[in-house]
Amino acid sequence: MFTARSLVNRIVRTQAFRTCTITKVSRTFVTATRKCQNQEKVEFPGAPRSYFTEKLEFIHSIDAIPTYRVMDKEGKVLVPEEEPNITEEFATKIYKDMVTLNTMDLILYEAQRQGRISFYMTNYGEEAIISCGAALDPSDVIFGQYREAGILLYRGFTLDEFMNQCYSNEKDHGKGRQMPVHYGSKSLNFQTISSPLATQIPHASGAAYALKRTGKKNCVMCFFGDGAASEGDFHAALNFAATMQCPVIFFCRNNGYAISTPALEQYKGDGIASRGIGYGIDTIRVDGNDVWAVYNVTKAARQLAVDEHRPVLIEALTYRVGHHSTSDDSSAYRSKKEVETWMRYDNPITRFRKWLHNKGWWNDEKEANYRVDIRKEILKSFSKAEKIHKPSLTELFSDVYDKPTPNLIAQQKELREIIQKYPANYPLADFKNGGEDL
Amino acid sequence: MSSFRAATRPFIANCWKINSNRVYIKAFSSVRNFPFGVCRESSPAPAEGFMPGLARSKLLKHTHEEALKNPELVDTGVVGGETKKMNFLQGVNDAMCITLATDETAVVFGEDVSFGGVFRCTLGLAEMFGKDRVFNTPLSEQGIVGFGIGMASVGHTAIAEIQFADYIFPAFDQLVNEAAKYRYRSGNEFSIGGLTVRSPSSAVGHGAHYHSQMPEAYFAHTPGLKVVIPRSPIQAKGLLLASIKDPNPVIFFEPKILYRAAGNYEYNGGYSDNRGPLIKIEQVPTGDYELPLGKAEVLKRGKDVTVVGYGSQIYTLEIAIQMAEKHIPGLSCELIDLRTILPWDVDTVAKSVDKTGRLVIAHEAPKTAGFGAEIAASVMERCFLRLESPIQRVCGWDTPFPLVFEKFYLPDVTRCFEAIKKAAEY
Ligand SMILES: Cc1ncc(C[n+]2csc(CCOP(=O)(O)OP(=O)(O)O)c2C)c(N)n1
Ligand SMILES: [Mg+2]
Repeated sequence: MFTARSLVNRIVRTQAFRTCTITKVSRTFVTATRKCQNQEKVEFPGAPRSYFTEKLEFIHSIDAIPTYRVMDKEGKVLVPEEEPNITEEFATKIYKDMVTLNTMDLILYEAQRQGRISFYMTNYGEEAIISCGAALDPSDVIFGQYREAGILLYRGFTLDEFMNQCYSNEKDHGKGRQMPVHYGSKSLNFQTISSPLATQIPHASGAAYALKRTGKKNCVMCFFGDGAASEGDFHAALNFAATMQCPVIFFCRNNGYAISTPALEQYKGDGIASRGIGYGIDTIRVDGNDVWAVYNVTKAARQLAVDEHRPVLIEALTYRVGHHSTSDDSSAYRSKKEVETWMRYDNPITRFRKWLHNKGWWNDEKEANYRVDIRKEILKSFSKAEKIHKPSLTELFSDVYDKPTPNLIAQQKELREIIQKYPANYPLADFKNGGEDL
Repeated sequence: MSSFRAATRPFIANCWKINSNRVYIKAFSSVRNFPFGVCRESSPAPAEGFMPGLARSKLLKHTHEEALKNPELVDTGVVGGETKKMNFLQGVNDAMCITLATDETAVVFGEDVSFGGVFRCTLGLAEMFGKDRVFNTPLSEQGIVGFGIGMASVGHTAIAEIQFADYIFPAFDQLVNEAAKYRYRSGNEFSIGGLTVRSPSSAVGHGAHYHSQMPEAYFAHTPGLKVVIPRSPIQAKGLLLASIKDPNPVIFFEPKILYRAAGNYEYNGGYSDNRGPLIKIEQVPTGDYELPLGKAEVLKRGKDVTVVGYGSQIYTLEIAIQMAEKHIPGLSCELIDLRTILPWDVDTVAKSVDKTGRLVIAHEAPKTAGFGAEIAASVMERCFLRLESPIQRVCGWDTPFPLVFEKFYLPDVTRCFEAIKKAAEY
């Protein structure tokens, strides 16, 4: 039987670094490590675990970091003890959310193509991260990048809330100010998405430190891409989390691309995971298309973070099946065949469905019914959002600060006068109260 | 010295192919034929459309003759030569192509640059000049600019792309503390003049907070940097070539709404968007030419109101002037494109205001501490006794750039028209 504790022990601890061997260089290094008990330790303050050697050798790499999985591509559990002990309801909720997300992506992507919303980004191929949501406590704080709508969905962000944001209407939490997919929800502890990459990663460390100070049994979970991990903010965040012992889980969605740049042009080390070890952070790599593997590692990581105030780095290997965004056509830099292969042979939704089928918790009839129903529901919500007015024009000037400042008050007046003088020059009818309340 | 020569040998080996004009022209046609609309980070104008003003802009050089009549081209050697239809991004691409072909130390790099960049500005360059000269970098703006400074510090030409001007801020330290001070702090022993940082900027119709900003004012506050913002294909090519060759670090902002603008979007009435940037492709000289940095250009002569702008804002101002001149019979406005924000051409502006006595400045960035404030202050110092009315600034409001309120946020034709009227009727 799987226990979080057993997995915790398998997360690569900093100590594990010593026993890693594979390449010629590191084998020598590790042999030396074993001997080090008898060898003279260095006294320099910056590396207390080091020892002296008289062999001049460069360390090129350590062992390849393995990728933890529970199921194979057919949804078969490989080691029975690794299968989490969960209920049918728990499992089908995750599955249904994956299908919902996928259906919503199809509809909103198409809506953008038709010019009904201004922008969209799909989650195709990365739906398995929904199980992170299942492994967390609802009061754990989440910082996302932009391809984590599934976590929000799992937490209870409604279809209407998604649609209202994408339509920038007056019910959008963000008051229509940001591009579509920049979701956020205070009540669901999901901090609002911002486009600049990696900026949220140090925020996560800071929020985690604050949570620790309150004494609450909570952690922060932070998502980002393989590309974003190249930013300076990523490195600062991990180092801060390690030195300040922050209860934070860093989750890298390594989906093979940052727009057109393939992962192997992004870095030369062993993925993103190898960096965690460098910062002294407990690290694990996981099959990101395996719902239960992602669930297990997140649960175990949460335990480390909450109980021991140890930051954790999870690198999830997955594949961005969709274009980067509606602004992108990925056929300019990768083959259709590559995409199709991933879609066909390692689709997280299909894999999980097979597992559910084997379990007897899902069947073709349920599948067909759910897909029809959810599509209907999404479309209903979609047309509802389309009819809702854009926010009040006053929201252009509000929230810059907690209270309006003199310059903003004057500028709002200036705009009001212009609009009153030239109402035909502005799309007033689209906005709440026809712009009257400005 | 010998080690430097060894290092440049591969460059020279690459260059035999491109020294002939024929190959060069081929390079250009490959650029022309790329499938527009592949990557639409910039996207065409939104469905609501823009006013048709730009399609009819008198500022664009639609014919070979018009293009070459420009007095600034007289000494550049392109006057007797060919011109070709190019849109803005082709002008930019062409400038880089010429640089790569003529300067063996030149490299072009940034996020997603290798496949052509998200706006397709570098399309075809990696294929022509090799992946060692036109390459993707890891996703780190501070890395990109720092790397460029390093290349320039040993005498090479580094053309760095920051994918969006909104994402230039991770590189702020490298630009402000390193690039800008490299020469001064070393007593002129070192300089990094070979660095040029290109970045798509400005409003695009749906860019919201982080795909719309125009951050020129932050950099205008930094002695040692140059800041350039072109308005059209001819200008983009000539100013980029000048920026690359300038012996100082230059930040080159490209108003991304102009990249593919090709004119003739339909005006679908109801309300006017009032912005206008629809640009017809210009006839651009195919040769190697530079337009002067630090020099404004008077685009239209006038005697009553001086109107100053730069980048895509110029087309909004052009329409606003037409409206004002129609509205107030006898009024004539002088339109000035600043082109270089730092160091800016105060002489040309002051000379104009000495004549007109009235000044209207417009830019997209927020009003408070925007570059308009600098222009207004300097003109007040120089022209105090000549001023007939308060200087008008038409700018973005002092808020972040808002998605759904973009039409209300921008210094649109209506507001620019009002400001001109106000200055004229004061
Ligand atoms: C600071 C910054 N630089 C550049 C960009 C433009 N940009 C948006 S997404 C992206 C690629 C991100 O790739 P990755 O982190 O792997 O996430 P993925 O899209 O694969 O989920 C880039 C370069 C940005 N948003 N912010
Ligand atoms: Mg990625």
